Amino acid sequence: MAQKKVIALTGNQAAAEAMRQINFDIAAVYPISPQTELMGFFAEYVANGEVDTEMIAVDGEHSAMAACIGAAAAGARVITASAGPGIAYMVENLYVASGMRLPIVLLDVNRALSAPLSIHCDHADSMLTRDTSWISLFSENAQEAYHNIIMATKISEKALFPIIVNYDGYIVSHSIEDVEILDDETVRNFVGPSDIHRIPYPLLDVKKPVTYGATAQPDYYTECKYQQHVDFLKVYDIVREVFNEFAEIADVKYDFIEEYKTEDAEYIGISMGSSFGTLKDVVDILRNQGKKVGAIKIRLFRPFPVKELAEALSNAKGVAVLDRADSFDGIGGPLFKDVSTAVMMSQNRPFIHNFIYGLGGREVKEEDFLKAFDRLERLEKGIETRDRFVEYLQVRE
Amino acid sequence: MAKKRPIALLSELASHKDTFGGDMPLAPGHRMCIGCGIPPIVNEVLLAIDKPTVVATATGCLEVTTGVYPVTAWNTPWIHVNFQSTGAVIGAIDVAYQVLKKKGVLKEDEGIEFVAFGGDGGTYDIGFQALSAAVERGHNFLYVCYNNEGYQNTGYQRSSATPIGAYSKTTPVGKVRVGKQEPRKDLTMIMAAHGIPYVAQASPHIFRDLTRKTKKAISMPGFKFINVLEPCTLSWRFSPEDTMRLAKLAVETRYWPVFEVINGKYWKVNIKPKRPKPIEEYIAAQPRWKHVLKYPEVLERIQKEVDEKWNLLLHLEEMSKKLAEEEGVDYESLFKLPEENA
Repeated sequence: MAQKKVIALTGNQAAAEAMRQINFDIAAVYPISPQTELMGFFAEYVANGEVDTEMIAVDGEHSAMAACIGAAAAGARVITASAGPGIAYMVENLYVASGMRLPIVLLDVNRALSAPLSIHCDHADSMLTRDTSWISLFSENAQEAYHNIIMATKISEKALFPIIVNYDGYIVSHSIEDVEILDDETVRNFVGPSDIHRIPYPLLDVKKPVTYGATAQPDYYTECKYQQHVDFLKVYDIVREVFNEFAEIADVKYDFIEEYKTEDAEYIGISMGSSFGTLKDVVDILRNQGKKVGAIKIRLFRPFPVKELAEALSNAKGVAVLDRADSFDGIGGPLFKDVSTAVMMSQNRPFIHNFIYGLGGREVKEEDFLKAFDRLERLEKGIETRDRFVEYLQVRE
Repeated sequence: MAKKRPIALLSELASHKDTFGGDMPLAPGHRMCIGCGIPPIVNEVLLAIDKPTVVATATGCLEVTTGVYPVTAWNTPWIHVNFQSTGAVIGAIDVAYQVLKKKGVLKEDEGIEFVAFGGDGGTYDIGFQALSAAVERGHNFLYVCYNNEGYQNTGYQRSSATPIGAYSKTTPVGKVRVGKQEPRKDLTMIMAAHGIPYVAQASPHIFRDLTRKTKKAISMPGFKFINVLEPCTLSWRFSPEDTMRLAKLAVETRYWPVFEVINGKYWKVNIKPKRPKPIEEYIAAQPRWKHVLKYPEVLERIQKEVDEKWNLLLHLEEMSKKLAEEEGVDYESLFKLPEENA
């Protein structure tokens, strides 16, 4: 039976603890706020000989991902972490990693993109990764970040796709909270033995030489991408399987989405990451006023849980999608379009509206989400009208 | 693979029973141009290494012609990630090798060697940051630049290795500008300034020199760099049968000095042409460049660059001998292979 202890940790400390327990072979590191202190904490474990991990202090995030690709292709268990512009810088190599079907864990300590420069939280960086064929999990708090990293390692190696664990910069990464930590042995048993190659055809098996990163001409490129497409659809089952296995050691049952008071809800708000706590509080406030509202959190962002969401929204009248990033495309935020697909597939196709919030670390308050629910209800009832699908909350005009 | 490959002479290479079989690390059947200088460079390097070798390659001519899905010419473990990451990729594979040995994932130590190949675009330009960083971290691998003085895989645009006055698609010969305006970057000097165990320049036509340099590099732990001039038949526009003649001319005119540097401080010029040929002879053999013969001022700049570099190298060599003497180090033995010093 797993031993657990509750200790006060920041999100970055909890992530470093998960990294220590998993004992990755390689960690490629490059500093960027608010990720920097995570690798600083981890470097202490390396310096004190508490892990077998070798840190490679690379020259930038592009090389960080390249180092992960090289080491993963060699057969090692690898991790790196970054944020905001660092994620943007490594995007080219994210496609290479997934195209080569390599298990790699990337921690994205979510940060806004320049310009203007902001080191604070929003989800614009993660939205750059949404079409890269990386699996992507969002974490609401340090506890979930810790759990997600452990599960991600296993999911990635089972699926042979790389995986991103997102947690909000500063709001989660630098805030102290109680985190329930599993014992080392339980974690190590869960992620599997450390003395095996992580992939079926490692480069270092010199007796069976393999070619990684070939060119594909028009006669084969489509077939390569189709295989990737088909296999990425299999990720749903693998994630569910690992979530179920994790429930046995951690007594917490995760799902692709988390529903809060949605059963009879007429109006549902949807968010990702740390703002979900505020959203649940707002649901409670409105429930006390007699309004039938609920909330949904997206945990598995890629592949997107479109069927589960369609099911969860099938009885709602209206849906407010709360996006922590803008797409600047005349339609709405990135999450809005994903949820719109789910709405199209749902039974009653509820009314849907998009709100942009929390950009560049703007503090999220209950009153912001209260406004969103209010506006949604008025729009849905025809009391107010709209000339676009998306609007900003929290703007000083 | 992993077979002994004691190749020292072309005659031996030609008589090797596997020469045209599947045992070459870079097997025949790749798609490089007739007369391309890259395959001899790759084979001379890899055949000189007597151990299992993992190869990384930057995007470029070598990469797009040897691993074309679903076939591969690589009979040795090979990876290509992209244009600019090669230093980071091969360095990380070396680190992974050390960790996996320590953890017991690799049951036997097969003494794997790591070699990276990149063109001048992937080495001098876009890949330089990752390369310099890998050098500073001291990973154990040999990086070989096949320097064809331009972005030849994309149809010949100028790189920082392209010489003054040379035509390229981005440095055309026009009414007010004649080819490239700037001198070539001296990457070999820059690599030597990193103070790494071994840096060399070589030419594919002196195959014994390149195989020897490879053996010397592999015998030393840490990061090693060899810059090899690779005449490009397609873009320099000479006949495919003249590749080695061009390489020879580059050395005979002192345009491409063949030398080696130990620990960034002991320099040795391996070939000193007694009667160096005029640079015009080398330039005249290349339609991409021969227009400069009509521009005495450009020609003068080229000759000046060549003479000054050559003179500097001779001074560095002299200085190295004095330095070695002062330090009580045997200068000649520094450049010998371990078995020659035994």
